[in-house]
Amino acid sequence: MNSAPVFSRKFRKTVTCIAGAVLITSVTLYLALPVVALFFRTSPELFFSSLSTPDVISALFLSLFTSTVSLGVVILVGTPFAYVHCRNNYPGKVVVDTLIDLPLVLPPAVAGLALLILWGRVGILGQYLSLSGISVAFTTLAVIMAQIFVASPFYLRQAKSLFEQLDPAYEQTARTLGASPLRIFALITLPLTANGLVSGAVMTFGRALGEFGATIMFAGNLPGVTQTMPLAVYVGMEGNFAVGLTISILLVIISFAIMIAVRLLARREAFHA
Amino acid sequence: MLEATIHKKLRDFSLDLTIHARPGEIVVLMGENGAGKTSALNCISGLIPPDGGSIRLDGSIIFDAGTCVEIPVENRRIGYVSQNTAVFPHLSVSDNIAFGLRAGHRSREFIRERVGHWLNDMNIRDLAEVKAGKLSGGQKQRVALARAMATEPSLLMLDEPFTALDADTTRLVKELARTFVTEHAIPCLVVTHRITDCRDVGDKVCMISRGMKEWEGKPGDLPACICRSGDL
Repeated sequence: MNSAPVFSRKFRKTVTCIAGAVLITSVTLYLALPVVALFFRTSPELFFSSLSTPDVISALFLSLFTSTVSLGVVILVGTPFAYVHCRNNYPGKVVVDTLIDLPLVLPPAVAGLALLILWGRVGILGQYLSLSGISVAFTTLAVIMAQIFVASPFYLRQAKSLFEQLDPAYEQTARTLGASPLRIFALITLPLTANGLVSGAVMTFGRALGEFGATIMFAGNLPGVTQTMPLAVYVGMEGNFAVGLTISILLVIISFAIMIAVRLLARREAFHA
Repeated sequence: MLEATIHKKLRDFSLDLTIHARPGEIVVLMGENGAGKTSALNCISGLIPPDGGSIRLDGSIIFDAGTCVEIPVENRRIGYVSQNTAVFPHLSVSDNIAFGLRAGHRSREFIRERVGHWLNDMNIRDLAEVKAGKLSGGQKQRVALARAMATEPSLLMLDEPFTALDADTTRLVKELARTFVTEHAIPCLVVTHRITDCRDVGDKVCMISRGMKEWEGKPGDLPACICRSGDL
């Protein structure tokens, strides 16, 4: 049987186009609409008036402060760690590799509970600290520790893969030219991986800023001490809704800025290569 | 004077070589891909540790398996230009050439004078401030050579130095290498698989096959069968 096709070629093409458009539009709307809805629920006057309430300001500054400290610790410890880890073979390297990634799949609430059990006032290590008058849990330090625990994989993974992918010929040649390991790290390795390291750092900052589960378990929800922006959003649900909304919008803006920063850096990296 | 005896287990075969190079002498290592030429250079430079043997440079031992001497790479004073040149792409041509001198904590004036000298000799003065990542293959090769020679090494090792170069640059680089090696009276190892290169620059040729020395002698005395098969 050699009958003419039921639908013409043009018709099939139109259907394919429409199906594609529907698919792309629905995915985009599903992701974008909730974020847009946040902005519709508030007005500029409401936004700016609640922006100046003490709860918003203290949450904003606490979040920025703790995330910055967390990021600093992750960079200062994580960069040399990733380098030493990549350049050496040692027993248990595979285990360390897995541990680095663990916080990515571990539910943050579990991470927070684990931190509490270890560092809490009656915790395994915490009880000795509390004997000497030091308490870790439910302090700003706990906020930072929770953020580091949860957010560090973003930086460590990035640094690890950058150091692994760097052509060893650069470092080897620098050695034959008489440069010390420290000099090579500072003048060759770091500059050649800088763009990627920065984008890893930006992602880490973003994750630390949004940290909720581990923080509320391990650090609690004390305004001005441990109540970061995500926690203040949660509290706002029960009390002052406008405050929660304003902080949410702030977080959306910061998240967007982070994504744009990563994209720009990635583009610069591609141009560099 | 370089006196190297190297034993090294490689993936497919064992490297078992004795290489001697007198001051001012250019020894060409020839052989097929994967014959162990680059591994030999890596052993001598210290980038990979040999399993056995000993390496002496100007009378002092830089590696000896028997007495467990192993001078670190950065203290061996060997100028090594690897196959892919490995110029530092984020540094300017000047900073590339100055890299070894700065690592050796030479004075600022000395470095400026030396870098200027090599920029002229390599005919790359107009590229001085260009980032090395933007250079062509032949330009990178010249920068890598200048960078290695600027440190005034006790041994110069060049791995396939002429592959990326056009005819004029090849001639220039060959002359420069020859002059440098003669003036400083240092031994030099050159890895190549082209018979013309080895006639042009070589004082002595070592044919290597599967990690073993197959033939050694003057380039003019190369057996005809090797000339035919090697001249690709």
